[in-house]
Amino acid sequence: MSARRAWLTPFWIGLALVAGLYLAFLVALIWSTATYTTVAQISESLRAPEIRYSIWLSLITCTASALLALLLAVPVGYLLSRGRFPAKAWLDAALDIPIVLPPMVVGLCLLIFFQTVAGKLIERVVPFTYTVAGVVLAQFVIGAAFAVRTMRGVFDHLSSRPEDVAMTLGCSRGQAVWMVTLPAARRGMFAAFSIAWARSLGEFGPILVFAGATRMKTEVLPTSVFIELSVGRLEAAIAVSLLMVALALVVLVAVRLLGEKL
Amino acid sequence: MIQLDSIAWRVGAFRLENVSFTVPPGQYAVLMGRTGCGKTTLIEIICGLRTPRSGRVIIGDRDVTHEPPAARGIGYVPQDGALFPTFTVREQIGFALRLRRRPADEIAARVVELANELGVAHLLDRLPQNLSGGERQRVALGRALAAKPSVLLLDEPLSALDEELRDDLAVLLKRVQREHSITALHITHSRAESAALADVVFRLSDGRICEVPAAPGDFDGSESSGASQP
Repeated sequence: MSARRAWLTPFWIGLALVAGLYLAFLVALIWSTATYTTVAQISESLRAPEIRYSIWLSLITCTASALLALLLAVPVGYLLSRGRFPAKAWLDAALDIPIVLPPMVVGLCLLIFFQTVAGKLIERVVPFTYTVAGVVLAQFVIGAAFAVRTMRGVFDHLSSRPEDVAMTLGCSRGQAVWMVTLPAARRGMFAAFSIAWARSLGEFGPILVFAGATRMKTEVLPTSVFIELSVGRLEAAIAVSLLMVALALVVLVAVRLLGEKL
Repeated sequence: MIQLDSIAWRVGAFRLENVSFTVPPGQYAVLMGRTGCGKTTLIEIICGLRTPRSGRVIIGDRDVTHEPPAARGIGYVPQDGALFPTFTVREQIGFALRLRRRPADEIAARVVELANELGVAHLLDRLPQNLSGGERQRVALGRALAAKPSVLLLDEPLSALDEELRDDLAVLLKRVQREHSITALHITHSRAESAALADVVFRLSDGRICEVPAAPGDFDGSESSGASQP
């Protein structure tokens, strides 16, 4: 039996059908949205000053929150991967809280925290509630949880042995991590940044509750979709949605292509 | 000299008890024992990568039990070489000297000297993923020797190699150990390796250690490949 014929069994054909149907459904979702409107209408919608502000704010806040998420994810991911300490399993589970909490609840928790004494003291230095900084913080809370999970997996897959050798050659633990492990983890760091960035781009619930949906102030792309839908401008909502789909696809492709080259 | 004095180690049900032995200066010692008996743990204790529950580690005339790995003056070659994934061969061998902030020309000269000695001079600009198993171990050996350590610790450095390469590298190890007048401790469960290399042989069994007579060996590679000493 040739190699090709070996795959033509009911078992593999069944699996291919399931995968094909799911992929067809995803393509149909995007195709129907994309063909609902015209290029001219999309172009006009994206030229509106509110939408242009929303695009720039999304790009800037997503980049800021993803960088902050990476700064947190590298040390915490390393700690979870290499550290041996009591209650490690509890810490590991606790770091997943932002992933499992309903997004609106994350926003509400942020809002309530900044009404406490500690929160008000922080707000005297950097105001978060209903500000752009609040947008970044809301994106960071969710994105960081995904970035930490990614970095933990990255360090789990990197042998600790080169680090041990570096220490016998004269490094402290910190130097060994900095000089040997982090350069080897750069592909994973890029993936963690990208995942946090993409996750932040789609964040809506916590931003709506904590930072508000004020036009030309705290309006990011998901907020724009919400506002445009609520006032009945479906074409504008579709235009922004398609832009977000395009950005998500760019991130997906970049992670695959650049990740392999790094 | 490498001296372990009443070393004890325990994790879960696994334990090492009262482990003591001495490798005299300039000798090539082989530590044998079954897989999982604690040989690697012992070498990691000597490296300073694990802290014993009790006992002392002495290297040369210094008690290094509580010193960090960086201060022990050792060279360490793990089983798979554990080369740094993003470093070229040149950077791997020069790493210890770069850490010691030696002048660039001194580092370059030492790298070339070791690369010639170990037969990897033509590989200096390659990354680890472009090296064979034998080349990796040669580079790992050069990296360990660069800062002129007094002690060389080898954790099954030949186990992942085919027979011919194993014999070549065994000859190289013995020659390098002699020429650098270095005290070596080599972990293996191969009697052939032990016969080819050892001046002194220790056996670790049931958490305890005993010295066994070193079988006469030929380390020029001519007869060592099939030698299986009892």
